[in-house]
Amino acid sequence: MGIGEQRYERNFETLTPKEQSRLASAHVSVLGLGGLGGGVCEMLARTGVGHLTLIDGDVFEASNLNRQLLCTEALVGTPKARAAEDRIRAVNSQVTVTPVAAYADKTNLYDMIKESDLVVDCLDSIHARFMLQDAAGKAQIPVVAGAIAGVSGQVTVFFPEDKGYDLIYGARDKLPARGIESRTGNISYCALLVAAIQASESIKVLLGRGDVLRNKLLIMELWSNTFEVMDLA
Amino acid sequence: MAAIKIVLKLFVTLAAFLPENADNFTINEGTTVEMVMKDLNIPLDAVKLIFVNGKKHDSTYVLKHGDRLGLFPPVGGG
Repeated sequence: MGIGEQRYERNFETLTPKEQSRLASAHVSVLGLGGLGGGVCEMLARTGVGHLTLIDGDVFEASNLNRQLLCTEALVGTPKARAAEDRIRAVNSQVTVTPVAAYADKTNLYDMIKESDLVVDCLDSIHARFMLQDAAGKAQIPVVAGAIAGVSGQVTVFFPEDKGYDLIYGARDKLPARGIESRTGNISYCALLVAAIQASESIKVLLGRGDVLRNKLLIMELWSNTFEVMDLA
Repeated sequence: MAAIKIVLKLFVTLAAFLPENADNFTINEGTTVEMVMKDLNIPLDAVKLIFVNGKKHDSTYVLKHGDRLGLFPPVGGG
């Protein structure tokens, strides 16, 4: 039996063959390929999402080594989008990868994500998150959003008609550029935990299955083992 | 004014403001979330999300006996 027949063997019967096939025809954009995005893109590729657009204009720095799965010592200085492309191709050659080694801004973000069924927000700036909300709204696609600080994290899902980040970060004219992570840094296991929840929510949205964190916020804090789903609406 | 008890949870950097007996914190009846924040010297702009009993509220919410109050700073890292 070759790789082709065996690849998704352990996805069954958690997923049905029909769902596996649905994932194969799905297109997901991952915006930000750092602590969250590096984990998200690998988990989506292994689960079987057929097309990934991987967006990040940054290159790896040594300070990324503490948490970013795609970052190795040899890759310091390498564009994150290129590293992500190489990794996904090595893990699952059946996945179509569209790497975008460019910074997203108001002029180009819509075009980067408009063909996707869903976008996963793995950004590290609150302003950029609102920019993504606007672009995803225009593209009429849902957003699976994760954010981390230290050993705390949060995940939510919103659709174009939802209030999205307005419910979490408040008025746009009073936003801090960065969240509290500018003081706490980010720890690897928290980043990957949040990335795993984002991957799970993405698969659920794509399959229309399970309870999605729409208008809800899953918050977690690992010193106290707090895991709670909060109502945002 | 009658005293009531709440459960207070302060997350991430706000944990520095956590009082003793946060799990059984005494306040006066009629106290709002904002009054709790002021009493604990928590800067109002340091709090982005206020949850009471798992539901989002604003700082004018008047706390009741047994409420679970959670305060979150802005979290935006990736």
